[in-house]
Amino acid sequence: MASVSVPADRARGIRRPTALTGFWSWFTTIDHKKIGLLYGAAAFAFFIIGGLEALLIRSQLAGPNQTILNAAQYNEIFTMHGLTMIFLFVMPMSAAFFNYLIPLMIGARDVAFPRINAFSFWLFLFGGLFLYSSWFLGGAPNGGWFGYAPNSTTDPTSGMTFYALGLLLTGIASTAGAVNLGVTIINMRAPGMSFFRLPPFVWMGLVTQLLLVFSLPIITVGLFELLFDRRWGTHFFDPTQGGDPILWQHLFWLFGHPEVYILILPAFGIFSEVLPVFSRKPLFGYQFVVFSGVAIGFIGFGVWAHHMFAAGLGPVANTAFGISTAIIAIPTGVKIFNWMATMYRGDLRFTAAMMFSVGGVAMFVIGGLSGVTHAVVPADYQQTDTYYIVAHFHYVIFGGAVFGLFSGMYYWWPKIFGRLLSEGLGKLHFWVMIIGFNLAFGPMHILGLQGMIRREYTYPESLGLTFWNQISTLGAFLIALSVLVFIVNAVRTQVRHRALASNDPWDARTLEWLTTSPPPVHNFDEIPVVHSLDELWHRKYAEDKGGRLVPVQAGAAEERSHGPAHAIHLPSPSYWPFVAALGLPTMAYGVIYSWWVVGLGVVITLVGFYGWALEPSVAE
Amino acid sequence: MADAALQGRDEHETTTGLPHTKLAMWLFLSSECLLFGALITTYVLYRGASTKGPFPADIFDIGYTSVSSFVLLASSLTMVLSLGAAQKRDFMRMRLWLVTTALLGMTFVGGQVYEFTAFYREGLAITTNLFGTTFFVLTGFHGVHVTVGILMLLSLTGMSFADRLPEDPAFPVEMVGLYWHFVDIVWIIIFTVVYLIPTGPVGK
Repeated sequence: MASVSVPADRARGIRRPTALTGFWSWFTTIDHKKIGLLYGAAAFAFFIIGGLEALLIRSQLAGPNQTILNAAQYNEIFTMHGLTMIFLFVMPMSAAFFNYLIPLMIGARDVAFPRINAFSFWLFLFGGLFLYSSWFLGGAPNGGWFGYAPNSTTDPTSGMTFYALGLLLTGIASTAGAVNLGVTIINMRAPGMSFFRLPPFVWMGLVTQLLLVFSLPIITVGLFELLFDRRWGTHFFDPTQGGDPILWQHLFWLFGHPEVYILILPAFGIFSEVLPVFSRKPLFGYQFVVFSGVAIGFIGFGVWAHHMFAAGLGPVANTAFGISTAIIAIPTGVKIFNWMATMYRGDLRFTAAMMFSVGGVAMFVIGGLSGVTHAVVPADYQQTDTYYIVAHFHYVIFGGAVFGLFSGMYYWWPKIFGRLLSEGLGKLHFWVMIIGFNLAFGPMHILGLQGMIRREYTYPESLGLTFWNQISTLGAFLIALSVLVFIVNAVRTQVRHRALASNDPWDARTLEWLTTSPPPVHNFDEIPVVHSLDELWHRKYAEDKGGRLVPVQAGAAEERSHGPAHAIHLPSPSYWPFVAALGLPTMAYGVIYSWWVVGLGVVITLVGFYGWALEPSVAE
Repeated sequence: MADAALQGRDEHETTTGLPHTKLAMWLFLSSECLLFGALITTYVLYRGASTKGPFPADIFDIGYTSVSSFVLLASSLTMVLSLGAAQKRDFMRMRLWLVTTALLGMTFVGGQVYEFTAFYREGLAITTNLFGTTFFVLTGFHGVHVTVGILMLLSLTGMSFADRLPEDPAFPVEMVGLYWHFVDIVWIIIFTVVYLIPTGPVGK
């Protein structure tokens, strides 16, 4: 711990870096906006990788008895596809939006713990790279994202050890991030921003962070037990010694079901921001949307065993969880009706962002309805482990969450980058994606009911599954094409210097549109004082006696600047979050290879945290 | 914890009036509740499920573990005394009680290491049976938590000698104290569930 020593002149710790721009500044930044961009870029890269894995899966299944992948490779590919899309794309992409937008939407200058924020990002990235390094170190995880024991404990390759350790790393990152963002929302709201003036996206952010805080420790215990069983020969899930593999299922799904809401609630938040703006109406039943989100969070902890109906828990447990599963559809339905009522008789503008939100809600409804069929236990027995389930969760996670995230990208792109994405290409992206999506996953309902089993790497021609599988593969490639359109759109916008965005290009309702596009480092020259829900809207418009909207006099919406921003002190960048985050994957490699490497990881982490604790709060 | 110094400056400006670090600590501890909850649940589910010995009754020395549990509980008292001294800005006593707390914690962890070794000599390893698996992992997780607490106590003491505590020195002491008391309370539950409640007939 050399870094602890204090030089004789009592200079406090190692000097903090000062550069706010340039390549290396990305490694030391603790600005929530830059960290949000890092999250977004990393998550999008993993999205591409996970998408390529999906294309491999669909190519393999495009016809009977294909040999593009063998069974072992297929197991690795579908496992990594699931892990990547859930833990390395949807979760961090949601974290990207939360990181970038929550401080702006609540009128704060940064998150509560900027350095912990950087630590979370680096640890997430290292965790993802750790998982992917398994391809080169003896084989990737191959037991499904759910990793059921005893298949996961007895697999001879080291894949599932990488699974346990990799998810532990990203889990620690998510927990730290969740505590940070939770504190930020509770404790850093601008003056006047009471809980019921919070934008719905921030509310869904808060519920998501609390779900993470309370569900991740449960999977952490499960993963440690899996790791101990695999690495040190313990007997947690070993039936020959009295252990019970069903315990893994409970621990996994006690996390796994709240996780579903962790994935979808950010998108619900985005729908609740985008739909009102492009309907020029306030969100219908704001309190209902908020409380139904909170209710989903609570009830989400009471439905996990519906993933285990076929495990033989007995009729009482199955009935109870069937009922709770049917109940959770109610708050979800409340939200959908609220969104529809928001659009009803609104002044609708079908921008790309709006189309992705409307399309997302529609696709989510399809996934939600097939979800309700799972609550019927006898029907679920037939659906378990078939492609019907695959269809269901893709409609929810892709149709709901991913459409929501793309909606958010079109909506907030001008705020974040200062340039408007092309609407034409955006709409092309939407139509190709939604057609491809329905071609890819719609037929899976039929395939599942015809009895096509999940996770089988091929099928014989005699089963008559070929036609719908071909359609599904065609759809998958259309989705890939649509993502390509998005990338072209994004690159064109940034490289060809398309139209500059004004501060408020959509005539929006929330505080992030008050500041410049892109926002300055300190977000707001002066912290706004909040008087109502939809604060920005009420600064721009008032109602006349007839109830019609009339603009408030020009310039009133602009935040009055009382002088330059030089009086605002923001914490300086820091090396230490990167260092501290580097120690943990080192420990994880050590667990697989050598105790000496574990020791090295512990030393790196301690150096990181002591350097962190002892560095001065600003560069001197 | 580490950001306490950084945040100390503008803590009065928070929305709830609570410092960020305190709110974060409570959120973190609530997360820890579920961590230990899941571990203890695993232990309870597998009580009496071992297919072969040694069993808890063969091996536990309740007297010995009661003494080391008392030592850990006593450390909560010294932690409070340390906070009291810090609030009065009596730094000598604050350091004295911080170090005492750490020493009591080390005694507990040392006792645990001795206990583990003794059990191992009597034929209970982590791989021996389900009891060994659940016992060592549950109490080991707790032991690691105590060790992290000791590190924080000693770091705090070191920082106070180097004059690196924030303007309100009682604040970091209070935060480490929250963690320390939490770890103590968890031990009360573990001690009760694992040692004091007798395991039913084997193989039930």
